[in-house]
Amino acid sequence: MLLRHTTAKEYKREALTINPAKTCQPIGAMYAALGVHGCLPHSHGSQGCCSYHRSTLTRHYKEPVMAATSSFTEGASVFGGQANLLSGLDNIFNVYEPDIVAVHSTCLSETIGDDLGQIVSNARDKGKVPEAKHVVYASTPSYVGSHVTGYANMLKGIMNYFPENTGKKIDQLNIISGWIEPSDMREVKRLADLMGINTVLFPDTSGVLDAPMTGKAKMYPDGGTTIPEMISMGDSLHTIALGEMGSRDAATELDNKCKVKFSMRELPIGLRATDRFIKALRRYGKVSVPEEIDNERGQLIDAITDMHQYFYGKRVALFGDPDQLVPLTQFLTDIGMKPVYIVSGTPGKIVKPLIDKALDGRVPEAKFMNGERADMFQLHQWIKQEPVDLLIGNTYGKYIARDEGIPFVRHGFPILDRIGHSYFPSVGYMGGLRLLEKMLDVLMDKYDATCSESKFELVM
Amino acid sequence: MEEKKILKNKMPDVSEFKEEILKKYPVKVAKKRAKAIVLNDPDAVPEIQANVRTVPGIITQRGCTYAGCKGVILGPTRDVINITHGPIGCGFYSWLTRRNQTETKNDDEANFMTYCFSTDMQDSNVVFGGEQKLAQAIREAYEMFKPHSISVFSTCPIGLIGDDVHAVSRDMKKELGINVFGFSCEGYRGVSQSAGHHIANNKIFTDVIGIDQEQKRVGKHQVNLMGEYNIGGDSFVIENYFKEMGIDLLATFSGNSTIESYESAQNADVNMVMCHRSINYIAEMMEKKYGIPWFKINFIGANATAKSLRKLAEYFDDKELIEATEKLIKREMAQVKEVYDRIRPKVEGKRAMMFVGGSRAHHYQELFNELGIETLSAGYEFGHRDDYEGRRVIPSIKIDADTRNIEDITVSKSDEEFKPQLQMRKEELVAKGFSFENYEGMMPEMKKNALVIDDISHWETEKLIEMLKPDLFCAGIKEKYVVQKMGVPMKQLHSYDYGGPYAGFEGAINFALEMERMLTTNIWKMIDAPWKNEPSIMGSMVYQ
Repeated sequence: MLLRHTTAKEYKREALTINPAKTCQPIGAMYAALGVHGCLPHSHGSQGCCSYHRSTLTRHYKEPVMAATSSFTEGASVFGGQANLLSGLDNIFNVYEPDIVAVHSTCLSETIGDDLGQIVSNARDKGKVPEAKHVVYASTPSYVGSHVTGYANMLKGIMNYFPENTGKKIDQLNIISGWIEPSDMREVKRLADLMGINTVLFPDTSGVLDAPMTGKAKMYPDGGTTIPEMISMGDSLHTIALGEMGSRDAATELDNKCKVKFSMRELPIGLRATDRFIKALRRYGKVSVPEEIDNERGQLIDAITDMHQYFYGKRVALFGDPDQLVPLTQFLTDIGMKPVYIVSGTPGKIVKPLIDKALDGRVPEAKFMNGERADMFQLHQWIKQEPVDLLIGNTYGKYIARDEGIPFVRHGFPILDRIGHSYFPSVGYMGGLRLLEKMLDVLMDKYDATCSESKFELVM
Repeated sequence: MEEKKILKNKMPDVSEFKEEILKKYPVKVAKKRAKAIVLNDPDAVPEIQANVRTVPGIITQRGCTYAGCKGVILGPTRDVINITHGPIGCGFYSWLTRRNQTETKNDDEANFMTYCFSTDMQDSNVVFGGEQKLAQAIREAYEMFKPHSISVFSTCPIGLIGDDVHAVSRDMKKELGINVFGFSCEGYRGVSQSAGHHIANNKIFTDVIGIDQEQKRVGKHQVNLMGEYNIGGDSFVIENYFKEMGIDLLATFSGNSTIESYESAQNADVNMVMCHRSINYIAEMMEKKYGIPWFKINFIGANATAKSLRKLAEYFDDKELIEATEKLIKREMAQVKEVYDRIRPKVEGKRAMMFVGGSRAHHYQELFNELGIETLSAGYEFGHRDDYEGRRVIPSIKIDADTRNIEDITVSKSDEEFKPQLQMRKEELVAKGFSFENYEGMMPEMKKNALVIDDISHWETEKLIEMLKPDLFCAGIKEKYVVQKMGVPMKQLHSYDYGGPYAGFEGAINFALEMERMLTTNIWKMIDAPWKNEPSIMGSMVYQ
């Protein structure tokens, strides 16, 4: 057994986290900054943070992930990291020539009290930031929130910097997205295009973390939200913010700064969350829904009805980020499954009511936990107490899946042991279809691998 | 860029490379980097700058002290609960990401390597201190799992807020009655992972090795293998050879290992050091305290493996052992030869570069030599000067403030446990020309004019590839896809790209097959679309 020490018996834990269902803020800030064109993320802390974040993002996306670090040593930790960041910025602009450097802090620089705002303004005063170049920043202490918080904080930092309200509205909508894959971002843009709406998607990691092989390494790939696009966001008609935890702060910041009102929606995962996204586009873009989208929706419904008999009543355990879990929970419930265990390490009082709303009383036995010690060990103990038919989560779930013989769908971040996932969306109706196919495949594969030969059938 | 002139020894002329690279850097950075980029001369090895701070903003592949301590040294040990004391990230990123394989006899044996334990510090813990939470976490880990021992790893904030992990560990050791020990391995402590190796070595030596004082003799020839981490199953291969030869492996530091095995590792007759950088400290300290001699070995490359096994047999000077060793080498070499004979003609003359580790960039040159692949350029990520130039330079290495930060513990001879007979054996062998406590380093074995670059930056990597267009580039995950985007196949030598084992004869065969796959595939030639160099079609034809 891979997790041989895990038992059904629960001990009261007040201090120990085992097998976390979250990671720390800075990696989220790094991912968010990669969704901006010509931007180099910069980690203000010791080298290990930057190295770990780059490694994890690279293992997930199988793409180059560029970022710099302030390379703290003991001296910087004692006397403050200002000198490191100033020389760091100087070197970065000289050697790597980005348009933007997006600095995020770490637990180290936060603990010693480095004030990024003050250091960055100092850097400008001292001429370390060349003309027409930009430094944005976000405070992302690792001991608060999770990777999702860091993502949200970096988006907020960037929205505080670029958008301008010129007083002249532009006929476009902003879409600020929570943490989704490059393929998902591509899909969000495709849906908006089908609707015939001009949009600015922020951030946009498509074309950055799924860039083609050309024989040339581009330090700054073609994708990412551009500076003119971000500036123009201040003149947009409205903002649709997707995912409470990932996008609300940025949308609020933009509203405060440029008076662009926003509407919150879930990430468009599954049937009804996608419906709500399309309705929002229809409403704020003042357009009607084209037939193509009706057809895609019809295909998804069609597949659900075809597959319903296999999903109905199946118990599911899922772990990951709240923005993903909320619409996923509703989707699973809509197709007749029972999401019985739901776990997220990301804290936030708002998550439970959102999950409850998604469940809508349909799975009274459902257990939910988030925040400190809401970890995969807890989830596994629940599974040991009463098993499930399906497990959905990031790669770390495979250890539980193998020990317990549970069909497993990889979803969320990070996926370290498979290649190709980052090219296919799980948002929108087509993304819903892909999720359905993945779930049915693993359920059927298990049946085929374990049923008696007399029950083994060709047609299903 | 034009093709590089080829020198007499078939190496490209890279004399202008340095100048071109440095041009881009601000003056101070250029001055510093200039000392870390040298043209090799195996006959008069030049000095290289190593183990010094990376300049902020210059994209480095280096990690931190915590990564070296928890990730590298203690990560592969299965019967200990490793608690990361700090915010969640460090524990998360070092959770199962290094491919250290391990094997227990059955499920009753402990294996905590699949688990991640953390105190998940919150802001209140940073403000008010985290010692209580740490103590409680240790209690809970003990209550739930009853492990053999528990260790605690400090992340960056710990030292800054003044949490004393050693005091907490001592208290908990008393309270729980099991070994509990802590590491001050905050990420900022050194200039790279290397500081973490040293810190881990120190603590394992003072708090683990030798705590089981009973003298043990399980077989005729007792050894420890050091600096082998069982990435992709390398240790398994070596373990099998030892078994066949009749060698009793007491402990491996730290692939496929247990803390329990470390506790009596002082019963070894000799220590063999594989990765010099990460583990030489323990070998040195064990020799001082217990009189156990150590020598450097290398199991990467078939010839290197044969040489290392022979050296081991020679040390014990036992006829039966020598015969078993020769029999094994003969059998395995025949298989290697068969594969090499088939593959070598396909890969011979290809040109590789490698920038990895503190030993691997050297060790893998053995494999490349055996396959006829040329090493154009190499360097370490966290090596020291002795790993480049050989241990003879140790006395002349300047001790800077960063090195001084790491405790250098004073070890004295243990009157009861010192084994004079092993030292006598050593003296006899030295007289015969056998080399102990020696590592010649990478540069004496590299060709003249090969470029040696320490802590290579992203900028230098890109330029180097552009200029020399190697057939193969070896480094880690962070470099992998950048290199491949440039159309050059890239082999990870930290994680082996999820392949391996590459140690021993079996590993040499695996690696040769991997080189055949990587260097003969046509996919890299298909990057350009077939229509790319054709003229655009101006008109169109319509068939009626």
